[in-house]
Formats: sequence, structure tokens, C-alpha cells
Amino acid sequence: MPLQWAIVFFAWGGAVALAAVPRLRTATMLNVGISAVFFLLAVALALQPFAQHGWTHTDALNTPFILVSAFVGLTTSVFSAATLDQEGFDHWRIRAYHAAYQVFMGAQTLALLADNLGVMWVAIEIATLATVSMVGVHRTPAAFEAAWKFFILCGVGIALALFGTIVLYLAAQPLLHEETGLSWAALMGVAARCDPNTLNLAFAFLLLGYGTKAGLVPLHSWLPDAHAEGPVPISAVLSGLLLNAAMLAVLRAKSIVGANPDAIAPGPFLLALGLASVLLASVSLWRRRDVRRFFGWSSIEHMGIVAFAFGLGGAAANLAGLLHLLGHSVIKSAVFFGVGRAAQAKGSQKIADISGLVATHPALGWGLAFAIAGIAGMPPFLLFVSEFRLLTAAAAEAPWLGIALVVGMVMALAALITVLQALCFGPPTPDAAGALDGWREAAAAAPLWLHLAVATLLGLAMPGALGAMLAEAARIIG
Amino acid sequence: MSFGQLGYDVAHLLGGGVLLLSFVLLYQRRIGAVINAFATQGTLLALAAAWQAHAQGAPGLYLTAVLAFAAKGVLIPLALHAIVRRLDLHRSVETALGVGLSMTAGVALVGLSILVVLPATEGARALAREDVALALSVVLLGMLMMITRRNAISQVIGLLSLENGLILAAIGVAGMPLVVELSTAALVLMVAVVAGVFAFQIRERFDTLDTGSLEEHRGEGR
Repeated sequence: MPLQWAIVFFAWGGAVALAAVPRLRTATMLNVGISAVFFLLAVALALQPFAQHGWTHTDALNTPFILVSAFVGLTTSVFSAATLDQEGFDHWRIRAYHAAYQVFMGAQTLALLADNLGVMWVAIEIATLATVSMVGVHRTPAAFEAAWKFFILCGVGIALALFGTIVLYLAAQPLLHEETGLSWAALMGVAARCDPNTLNLAFAFLLLGYGTKAGLVPLHSWLPDAHAEGPVPISAVLSGLLLNAAMLAVLRAKSIVGANPDAIAPGPFLLALGLASVLLASVSLWRRRDVRRFFGWSSIEHMGIVAFAFGLGGAAANLAGLLHLLGHSVIKSAVFFGVGRAAQAKGSQKIADISGLVATHPALGWGLAFAIAGIAGMPPFLLFVSEFRLLTAAAAEAPWLGIALVVGMVMALAALITVLQALCFGPPTPDAAGALDGWREAAAAAPLWLHLAVATLLGLAMPGALGAMLAEAARIIG
Repeated sequence: MSFGQLGYDVAHLLGGGVLLLSFVLLYQRRIGAVINAFATQGTLLALAAAWQAHAQGAPGLYLTAVLAFAAKGVLIPLALHAIVRRLDLHRSVETALGVGLSMTAGVALVGLSILVVLPATEGARALAREDVALALSVVLLGMLMMITRRNAISQVIGLLSLENGLILAAIGVAGMPLVVELSTAALVLMVAVVAGVFAFQIRERFDTLDTGSLEEHRGEGR
């Protein structure tokens, strides 16, 4: 079996094994072990030369995201092992949670790896199903509402994406063999000769469908609630990984339509959705009282920035968008580790109830402060680099749109700094009962600091091979 | 297969039947009747898939037809009837949007999809493009139903009928690879949605299936 499939089926096999383990300690340790092997397999995959194997392929565009997925999956499993007993699961939920986690990891990786657009659609669907069950797992009214909204909106979204996929095949049908009909590489090859009107129709549905999953305004309303109600590690992988897979799907669709000179230009659509996302999120951030919903809205803002970058197009803006996606994955999951642990320690998700973390939990408080500064785009983290590059490109190509983007980004920055001060430096609020013992508190904070270190490293000294790969990926998107 | 042949006519007849039932779904007010209309639509869809399997010489589509009939013609409607019985919703009548208004909106959406699809797909074969126009109409009517209904079960049926439109599109495009796999995967999603209604048991918690009441539970309260 080629490594591309081995890695996916390894995770799914791990899910079957985890479904059989009822004990909390055993299951969390096994989950960490599976995630560690998964990470090693991903590194091995990245070291192989790019290749196509049937329905899957590796190229410069998906390899960096597979690496980041596996990395975030590993650190999230460590965080989960340290803090899962705070969720109060019975043994059925422990089984379901861990199985869903690995099903999600496998499906998410398959969605990134897929060359066949049908396979990609199925993978994104499986990833959605795995996470929906986890969002509603606490069975409170708010959790039901979040899961129901997630389910219905994303159900409609992926249904529309399937319709777009069918229409895309209809456009390419006269030019393709049956077996290769849904292959992205084959579609790219014939895109220039396809009927442009049919391509336009397909792009509209693919953008709406996968855009829903990526949380772009006006299709975003599931996102903040879904990030607030499930177990904390699920928020981290939803924001860090699933949004990337959806955005990459949008990019694959954009590159096909962009390759046809007679088809509609996809850029302005992405620009409009992106700008709308940034502006709406920058206003909505000021009205949040729930800390996890607050950072869910921040994800909408960042997806908006990414969509803006890809809408602008060109090598510089595309590279900025890719860096931003990677940086957002690493830093946003760190933020969710921090706020998730803080909400557990204080016994509430309300911003007003969490205050003065630096005084009561120094390692957690300072880590969270740096992570929020990172997500706000402060140096030396990766998002500073990507936002700087994006604004430079925007100033050159579309200065007026760039000004609107800056307005949104500055408002969001101010909201983030306000929340940073409230959470980390305000007067300390009392802790809830049931503190973690020393080593588990450390294991809960370690992933946060590791993510900060990685984001700093990528921001200051991007490894040459990764940089070259991303530059090549920026060219693929076109 | 050219214009006026039997294969073309039967495919159109079945596709048109599926669309007609989307209109029935739009105006039915009683929940039991809505479920029966959905069951009929699922059965017609299965017939359409079987006909395409015969006309295209694609035996895999027979599997799609059998699955569509078993799931959408029989099992899902039975499950939905069971939920309605358990939650005692037989007599509930919905008035989200008037019949005349929803019909007008539905006709407008069908017109829209024909105007969008037919000029856009001039390169493709006539059968495929008209099937896609019909399918898009079914998809849009499903979305309209989801918007105009406030009851969770009716919204789920709207989503299910939207998915019927997708399958109609997929089986109409001759030679599309992975049709059977994709339609099965879409079916799994829909079965999961129905299972979600059971699992979440919204009625039990809220004493109503009106999703409007969910809005109060955003977790943003004081």
C-alpha cells in the first residue's frame, strides 16, 4: 500500500482500536501514541518525492499542510491526555471521543491528499460527521444548538459542493477519459479548453459549498458555536485543521477556473467574501462575552484575511495567504489550548469570569498572552510575517481594498488586545475546584509553548526547503 | 440518444416527477403528508436511477437505485413517522409561509435554474443539461423548504429532498466516475442527519421541535 493510503488507514485503524478502550488513562495514552506514529508517517511522506497514486497525490500545495496537521494532531492529543478528565466523560463517551478524533485525523489528511475531487468531497464529509458528534457530546441545550446548526449548515454546504463537483465534471466531460474524470491534475490539464460558462456555474457552487466549511461570511454562523461547545481539543483541531482543508478545496476549485482565460475571474469573489468576513468579524469580536466564541470569531477573521490574499492572487499574495493559513493553524490551536485550560481552571467560559491568569497560573497566563499577541499579528510570530507580506502586496495591487482590510484588522487587533488584558492581567478571579496535579498542568501548558516556539521559528527563520515548497505552491494556485 | 427517443422521454418524465414532488413538499402542511410525499419522491428517484442504469448501460447505477429505494422510499420515512409518533406531532400544522407565496417562490426558482443552467452548459449533451436544470430546481426547492419551515423534522426533509436533487444530477451525467460511491456517501450523510434527530432528541429537552426555540440557547446569555 502506498504511504498516502497507509497514513490514512493507520489513523482509521487506530480509531477502531480506541473504540474498544473504555479506560480513560489507557485510551489517552494510546491516542498520543497513535498520533505520534501518525506524525512520523507524515514526516516520511513529506520526505518522499512528489507523486500521484491513483486517487491521491502529494504536491507542494498539500505537503506543508499535511505536516502541520499531523503536528497539531500530536500536540492536541498530548493536551487532551492531560486535561480530558475535566470534561467528565463516561466510558462510552471516552470511546466515542477518541475514535472520532482519529477518524477526523484520517479523513482530514485524506481531504488534503486527495487528487480526485470526489474522494476529497467524501473525506471532508467524513471529517464533518466525526466532529459533529463531538460538538454535541455534552448534551446541554447550547451544545445541541451548536451541533444542530453545524450539522444543517454544513450539510447544505457540502451538498452544494457535491453539486459543483458534478457540474465541474459536466464541463470537462467531452475532453476526458472516464477514469480520470474527477482528477484535479487531469482537470487542470484540460481546464483551458472546457466550456467557460459551465466552469463558472461549477465554481459558484464549489465556492459556496466549501466556503461554508471554511467559515466565510455570510456562511459562517455555525462556526463560533461549534468552537465553543465541544471538548476543548476538538475546538483546536476544528480551527487549526478543518478550516485549512476547506480552504484548500476552495483553492483547488479556484485554480481550475483560473486556468481558463474565458471563464469568470475567481479572484473578486474571494476578495468580496474575505473582506466581508474580516469586517463583520472585527465588529462582532467586540460583542462577545464567551471566550471560546470570541476566538471562533477570530478564526472567521483570519479565514477572511486568507481568502482576501488568494483573491488578490499573484505569487506574493498567494505566498502570504499560505503562510497565514499555516500560522493560523499553529497559533490558533495554541490559543484554544490556553483558553480551554483557563476555562476549566476557572470553571466558566465567560470572559468576565476569567481574569488575572498571569497571577494565578503563570505558565498558562504568559503562554496565553503570547499566543493572543501572536494571533493578533504581533512580531515575532508567523502571522506578523504573513500579514506584512499581504499588506505590501495589497498596497501595490489594490490600495483601496487594502485600506478596508487594514481597518478590519486594526479593529480586530484592538479587540484581541482588550481581551488579552482582561484574561491575563486583570484582577485575579477565584479558581474552580479540582485543580490538575503538577505534571499534568505542565503537560497541558507544554503544547501551548511548543506551538509558540514553532510559530516564532517559522516567523524568523523559515527552513529553506519549506520556503521553497511554499513558493512553488503559490505558483500552483495561480 | 437523440431528441424524441424513448430513453430521453422517460428520463425527463421521472426527473419531472421528482421536481413535482418537491412542489408537493413545499405546500403540504401536515407533517405525516410531508413524510409520505418525501417517500414518493425517493421512490421516483430510485426509478430514475434504475432507468439511467438501463439507458446508459451502467449496471452500477442499479445499486444506487436499490439503495435509494430502500433508504429514501422505505426506511427513512418509517423512521421519521416513528419520531413523529413518539413526539406526538401528528396534528401539528405549520404556517411558516403561505401556500401561494411559497408556490410563487418555487416557480421563480425553477425559472431561475433553467435560465442559469441552459445557457451555461451549451457544450454538454441535451439530456445531461436538461437533467442538471431539473436537478438544480430540486436542490433550490429543497433549500426553499428549509428556509420556510421552522420545524426541525420539516427542515431535515428539506435537506433530504435537496440531496435527492444531487443524486438526480449525478445519475444524469453519463459516464461520471464514482457516481455510486458518491451517492452512497451522500446517503450516509443524510442517514446521519436523521440519526441526529433521534440522538439529539430536541423535543425532549425543549418541549418543541420549533428550531426557533433553539435560538435562546446560544451560550451568550449572561
